[in-house]
Amino acid sequence: MAVPNKLMALPKKLTDEFDELVKNYPERRAALIVALHRCQEELGGWISPEVMEDLGAYFELEPVEVFGVASFYPMFNLRPVGKHVVSVCHNISCDLRGAQDVIAKACEVTGAPLGGTSKDGKWTVRHVECQGACANAPMFDLDGVYHEDLTVEKVAQILGGVR
Amino acid sequence: MKPYETYLLDRANVAGAHQLATFQKLGGYKGLEQVLKSGMTPAQVVDEMKKSGLRGRGGAGFSTGMKWSFMPDITKDPRVRYLAINADESEPGTCKDRVLMEKDPHGVIEGSLIAAFAIRASAVYIYVRGEYRLSHDRLLAAVKEARAAKFVGKNILDSDFSCEVFLHKGAGAYICGEETGLMESLEGKRGHPRQKPPFPAQSGLWNSPTTVNNVETVFNAPFIVQRGAAWHAGIGTQNSKGNFLCGISGHVNRPGVYELPFGTTAREILDEKAGGMWKGRQLKAWFPGGSSCALLTGADVDVVLDHDSLRARGSSLGTAAMVMMDDQTSIARVMEVIARFYEHESCGQCSQCREGTQWLSQIFRRIAHGKGQDDDVATIEALAKGMAPGKTICALSDAAAIPTLSAIKLFKEELIECIRQKRDPLGIPAPKYASVGAH
Repeated sequence: MAVPNKLMALPKKLTDEFDELVKNYPERRAALIVALHRCQEELGGWISPEVMEDLGAYFELEPVEVFGVASFYPMFNLRPVGKHVVSVCHNISCDLRGAQDVIAKACEVTGAPLGGTSKDGKWTVRHVECQGACANAPMFDLDGVYHEDLTVEKVAQILGGVR
Repeated sequence: MKPYETYLLDRANVAGAHQLATFQKLGGYKGLEQVLKSGMTPAQVVDEMKKSGLRGRGGAGFSTGMKWSFMPDITKDPRVRYLAINADESEPGTCKDRVLMEKDPHGVIEGSLIAAFAIRASAVYIYVRGEYRLSHDRLLAAVKEARAAKFVGKNILDSDFSCEVFLHKGAGAYICGEETGLMESLEGKRGHPRQKPPFPAQSGLWNSPTTVNNVETVFNAPFIVQRGAAWHAGIGTQNSKGNFLCGISGHVNRPGVYELPFGTTAREILDEKAGGMWKGRQLKAWFPGGSSCALLTGADVDVVLDHDSLRARGSSLGTAAMVMMDDQTSIARVMEVIARFYEHESCGQCSQCREGTQWLSQIFRRIAHGKGQDDDVATIEALAKGMAPGKTICALSDAAAIPTLSAIKLFKEELIECIRQKRDPLGIPAPKYASVGAH
């Protein structure tokens, strides 16, 4: 399918991938959420306004429609994040087993304020709702990988070992 | 606890069962093969499910066979039809479907295909929550293997049945676990639940007839077609049949996901599976099936875990995710956490839910932080009663109101004392990092 605008922010590698992806669905726009994931993974960990504009062009949607979708879903970062992102679950099963201590330790080790990014740009630490790791609480997700059955010692060890 | 036969987690406990070769060595895809080679009709498969007594494992507990039978008659309505598998597991306390997807993904695919055959779906979309990266990748690899081995795609096992299996990723929104929110999200939109009717079987994905089933629900199908509806109906209690996956988390010695027959008591699971309460403490309160259920107390621990017994106690089985809290737990703090969750997850379409969840969250927060006001408990009760039952497009508003009303029913004195003393009566601090999470 011909894409109307010149896509400045989307590399061909991604649009080639999306050309295959849209074949999985009877309607083109159904692939938008999966495409947003791929953009975030490949283009610096967040969804820039430029990327949203280009996705709009690619999916034949107004950019505001893409923004409406991207902003609805907590996993999409609409601002730049650190090189490494630590998402600590603070829902009930994790809270009961020390999630607050995990958050405190993660902020201490990384120097990132909760919900923000460290001054050197290396770390973002945030709290998130239930990640489905309740039987191995407390936990955090570090760059897409779960770390479970945490103790403050393990938090220091895991995060301290990241370059 | 009496000895019992397991089947749901048997393969998951074998190393390498996520790969096709091991899966098949353990009897995998035999159920699908039986359906396709024995000449069973879709109607016969639906009938087997009805007779088996299988009920959905995503929270509502609706009869699976009945749900499948709601799909329109193919001779009168030739529209293409879809099966959506709800793998957006995000009910607080629930972590059971993840075990199946990570360790036995072919089992999920086999169950999905039998369900798709029964409802005459030509495509399955498995909606996996975005955070479950390993589940997604294992399923994706399994679909590839299954397609190469002719279990997925055109003319499966050289039969007339053709079906594609696609994976779709969520992106962190709890509301997409609601079946119509899930469909909106699959269509690439915000996960705003739809008004019903029309029900998904009439008009679901892309206005086509659609069935939405939970992962564990369809996972049961191959066992039922192979061993028969009567075998399945012979396990469990009067209206809750078979084995189920029970997650147990919180203040216990061995949290985990365990397979149990319906009819097991909460005490048996707590003591014999989870090793009892930790630190020698007593059970104060617990959710039997995720945070959207009514709380129960330690005095309820002998209740049988099934749909009817929990309803009789004023709660529900939900996702069978038990969250256990010891006698050093602050109910104000628990409710602050729970209310914050629903505030964060409300999609904002209905005013009762959008405003109600925010108010509940703010008031529980101030109570837990020693800043409660004299009439706060009465305000919470009035708010929760204004949010449910059935006042909104979907059940999220109810899900926030139900635990709230149960906390007031069971722990009113403690909440009032917390307000009066300007601290938790046990001296348990409120969470330091208490704000609603990022976003």
